[in-house]
Amino acid sequence: MSSETALPILRMAVTFGRLLRRAGLAAVPDRVVSFASALEELDVTNREDVYWAGRTTLCSRPEDFEMYERAFGVFWEGKQGLKVPSPPQKKMSITLSPDSVQPPKKSAESNEAGHEAVKLRYSPVDILRRKDFADCTPEEFAELYRLMADINLAGAMKRSRRLEPAHRGRHDARRTLRGAMRTGGEPIRHRYRKARDRPRRVVLLLDVSGSMATYSRALLRFMHASVASGEPVEAFVMGTRLTRVTRELTTRNPDRALREASKAIEDWSGGTRLGDTVKEFVDVWGQRGMARGAVVVVLSDGWDRGEVEVLADAMRRIHRLAHKVIWVNPLKAAPGYQPLARGMAAALPYVDVFLSGHNFESLQELAYAVAGASDDTIGRSR
Amino acid sequence: MSEAVNGRRGALPPGVSHSGEMREKLQEGSYLAGEGLATAIFLALKLEKPLFLEGEAGVGKTEVAKVLSRMLQTPLIRLQCYEGIDVNQAVYEWDYARQLLHIRTAEALGTTVGDRSRLEDELYTRQFLVNRPLLQAIEHKGENPPILLIDEVDRADDEFEAFLLEILSDYSVTIPEIGTVGAERPPVAILTSNRTREVHDALKRRCLYFFIDHPDLEREVEIVRLRVPDAEEGLTRQIARAVQRLRGMDLYKPPGVAETLDWTEALVALGAKELDEALIEATMGSVLKYHEDQQRVLLQSLSLLAGS
Repeated sequence: MSSETALPILRMAVTFGRLLRRAGLAAVPDRVVSFASALEELDVTNREDVYWAGRTTLCSRPEDFEMYERAFGVFWEGKQGLKVPSPPQKKMSITLSPDSVQPPKKSAESNEAGHEAVKLRYSPVDILRRKDFADCTPEEFAELYRLMADINLAGAMKRSRRLEPAHRGRHDARRTLRGAMRTGGEPIRHRYRKARDRPRRVVLLLDVSGSMATYSRALLRFMHASVASGEPVEAFVMGTRLTRVTRELTTRNPDRALREASKAIEDWSGGTRLGDTVKEFVDVWGQRGMARGAVVVVLSDGWDRGEVEVLADAMRRIHRLAHKVIWVNPLKAAPGYQPLARGMAAALPYVDVFLSGHNFESLQELAYAVAGASDDTIGRSR
Repeated sequence: MSEAVNGRRGALPPGVSHSGEMREKLQEGSYLAGEGLATAIFLALKLEKPLFLEGEAGVGKTEVAKVLSRMLQTPLIRLQCYEGIDVNQAVYEWDYARQLLHIRTAEALGTTVGDRSRLEDELYTRQFLVNRPLLQAIEHKGENPPILLIDEVDRADDEFEAFLLEILSDYSVTIPEIGTVGAERPPVAILTSNRTREVHDALKRRCLYFFIDHPDLEREVEIVRLRVPDAEEGLTRQIARAVQRLRGMDLYKPPGVAETLDWTEALVALGAKELDEALIEATMGSVLKYHEDQQRVLLQSLSLLAGS
């Protein structure tokens, strides 16, 4: 192909790449270059050729396809209305929504008496650690987020298949022979290798439905701190559907990460179909291997408007795959709490550790439970 | 970048100059590919880029490598990934036992101290090197580059992924004792993943990406016809329709094409001409691999399956 035709192709590819990037795809320059060189090998006047050239070079996961399809329609076929997902109208809010299950307590009082809120801002860290997220002021949240960065959410260790030098273990012929060279071919000192320990994967499933509104923002921050720590952590958000937010939360800048994540979550504070979303997790991710041998943490109040059997079934499957299942329910902290929400009751038989997660201290407890430190002191549900 | 590619045939087989011809060629090799996959394979060969295939188990990812090996009449070199795989298992390893034996022999023949360094040089030569799949693929000499199948990349760990990234960018390996070994022509690399975890973006960026979905009814009928020609036409249709329904049944593990073919072969082996409840029950193990799934299908939809 001559360079005269090559130039407009490259230019078109670059413009299309820019459109895709604006739509949220990772169409980075070297991908765009691949796209252009793919186009040169195909028939640019053939819709299918252009479509597939773009899909194989500019997409990297099935989740990209939908947006690609739409952008393709707009750019190459002159279709109208590429809906680039706009930031959700419903801003993540830490103020109590009227239908919240948690009655507004102290926060309301302190809001009425404004000066009291000012005093609370300087509350010592100790008090803050035990303070219910529902009662925290924005300033206190800011402080809490700084503290959260120090919680290290690392899974219990498991034996890796990768070997490392050790004093005893499996014979290491390579290093033994190297040593033997020095002693005239006589392997006097034998070397060994043993399997290395590495932390298990931690999978976090956060419920962001309406009834969790009081806690979901703080818990999402917590998820960000965990993912950004670099440990093997996977993060999902459960609304009316399941959204994987690991990639969005990988950004170190918390504000940007949260913005990206909330962009990905379309149904913030929507209805609860907990069973369906947990099931979706097992079907799409869990069974394929993500939950296998992992520590799975569900952060939810257990409110489920769908069929409870679906949830029970999904939890049973997770329990069979996972190393440990932890359920974090902010409502558990309320005095005299009983797992009355139908979903909660259905899920409990498949939960190894049941925690509260309503304040900073309980998140630390969660970190202990995830690391497998003294399960018994935390109180097993069974 | 594009100038280098233009005018080259890449690794394309003779007689293929656009993706439609690639599709026909694949079909000759008993692989039915949709337009998308045919285009992806065409580009991978032409641009000499690795092809990254994702999809459910049993949709025919590995099969792509096999059919390419037949089509290009070139060896298929397979590297099965697993957790903890390292360079010694993927690239090369020294044959320690033989090295030791060599030392002993030299000793028995009476080697003096002066010969020590020469002996050491001898030990680290090709003679004692065990080639593992990646080195085999790089060193392959032949008319066509070999097919390098890197299967289930998602099972390997990050360290290995980083190493693969390096290999896939310049297809050369440095063995300290011998030197750098480079490929004459880049092997045709096919990477597969079951998505048990997300493979790092940097690795995917080096590759062309294609997600293989379950085929639709008509394509599945054709696939069965092509792969199990002994099956009666009516039976083939019934099986394909039944499998399509099974996929819509919300099972733990919906059957892939591999299961469809297994099932067909099982039924043909039993001399089946038509699907019926008894046959389904008897051969269910070849399509459904979870007890719960089998129970479910037995309970609610035996008749639904067999009905046309």
